[in-house]
Amino acid sequence: MALPAKLRIDGVSMSFATPGGMFRALDDVTLSVAPGQFVSLIGPSGCGKSTIFNIVAGLQEPSRGRVMIDGVDATGTIGRVGYMLQKDLLLPWRTLIDNIILGMEIQGVSLRDARAKALPLLRRYGLDGFEHAYPNTLSGGMRQRAALLRTLLFDTDVILLDEPFGALDAQTKADMQEWLMALWSDFQKTVVFVTHDVEEAIFLSDEIHVMGTRPGRLLESIPIPLLRPRERSVTLSPEFVAIKKRCLKLLTAAAPKLEEAA
Amino acid sequence: MAIQDAPRSTQLSGMAMAQAKRVAGKSARRLPVQKDWPSVAIIATQVLILVGAIGGWELAARAGWLDAFFWSQPSAIWKTLIVYFTEGDAWTDIGFTFRSTILGFIIGTTAGSLLGLSFWWSRNYAAVMQPYIICFESMPKLALAPLVILVFGLGVTSKVVIAVALTIVVSTLTTYAGVKALDPDGEKLFYSLGASRWQVFRKLVVPFCVPWIISVLRVNIGLALTGAIVGEFISSQHGLGRTIFYAGSTYEIALVWVAVFVLSTLAVIMYAVVSWLENVLRKGTRQ
Repeated sequence: MALPAKLRIDGVSMSFATPGGMFRALDDVTLSVAPGQFVSLIGPSGCGKSTIFNIVAGLQEPSRGRVMIDGVDATGTIGRVGYMLQKDLLLPWRTLIDNIILGMEIQGVSLRDARAKALPLLRRYGLDGFEHAYPNTLSGGMRQRAALLRTLLFDTDVILLDEPFGALDAQTKADMQEWLMALWSDFQKTVVFVTHDVEEAIFLSDEIHVMGTRPGRLLESIPIPLLRPRERSVTLSPEFVAIKKRCLKLLTAAAPKLEEAA
Repeated sequence: MAIQDAPRSTQLSGMAMAQAKRVAGKSARRLPVQKDWPSVAIIATQVLILVGAIGGWELAARAGWLDAFFWSQPSAIWKTLIVYFTEGDAWTDIGFTFRSTILGFIIGTTAGSLLGLSFWWSRNYAAVMQPYIICFESMPKLALAPLVILVFGLGVTSKVVIAVALTIVVSTLTTYAGVKALDPDGEKLFYSLGASRWQVFRKLVVPFCVPWIISVLRVNIGLALTGAIVGEFISSQHGLGRTIFYAGSTYEIALVWVAVFVLSTLAVIMYAVVSWLENVLRKGTRQ
């Protein structure tokens, strides 16, 4: 953590006025992500993970606090980070390549340049031969790959991934994790990853931030000291299992509060 | 577990067997199967029915079973048709009706689609406009036709206006339904990529709504034709509708049939062209 933070979420709170009084979605969340780091947010539903993402992406204004990117206040400004939502949101009327260049197109890059930049990446990252296919002809895994490439090609240093593999079957999910790791080490991006899957979070991350609900807040940050590149078998190592136990304990400790409140 | 289960399962299968026997005891029913005729047989039957109907009509009129003054007869209709096309105003009438229909269709559909799309820009504006649109939708627009004729005159303009009034509402409401069906996450994606409102509109809202816009084309061509014909009924110098009305009031029943026949042919041709257009557009937008 000696490096200056690439992304810093600084005392961010979010509350909404509801008929039943103020609802606090996020309470004073502060966290830093170093350049090139891969961090995960895990927590039960309603802990405000998606709200954090919306705030970092500038789609919602926080009630309090700031979002700093490269030490500059970026609160409430859009287009600073790549944001991949749970759904792939590929546009059905565009071919795969034209979907992937959407970010560049919006930024004003000419279609020809954008396509020229995207084509080698498509070929390299498992979508070779599908450049001109339409999304509805592709499998779930391929659509997700395309959505990820679209996020990566939108040239920002920080990318936010909101449960990108949540809807995939176990085998495809494992393939996609390896694929994501390859991409991450090639592109040197700073990644913030949201997932419900503790094992996935540990396998992929440098650090995990465990969140609790009511109000949504940061419970604990757990660094993952496992060496890279990681083999699939690392999930069976004692270190891995110990971290997993700790995370699950934190999550189950957070869960009963939900029942009390409900 | 398995041992405990064994007697139950034999019992069950025993019951199933008893039931099977009972079913066999009743007359067994088979899945109904329909055999398809070859398409030649279908077409032959269709032609036969048509020929039979026309022949029967002619025969009934000649034998005096049917009053030829009110119902006319195929041979007289055929003669009138030839006269209408060689000496009469057939082409003028067709051109007049066709022009007002097409103009009404194009203007109504375009304006309606643009109006529907415009509701995306502001929720407040959409909320303000909502009751007026609904009022205009539920109003029987043809009831206003005499007024339209008074204001816009006997020419093409008044017919186009009626056709527009009928088509614009359908297009507006359907396009607006498309706007409302837009996934908010799609907009979120665009904004996260730093898009402007105009970019979201052009690259997301419009292409997303195109299938909705296309889906009303066939309905609208029919409505535009209805509007044009009603306008001609009320008052007009030309047009198939005017010919039908005029022939009816002077008891030229054969001419009524001829004009109705020509009108139907025109309607079928326009419908076929629009259907083809719809398919082409649909393929172009991959929906």
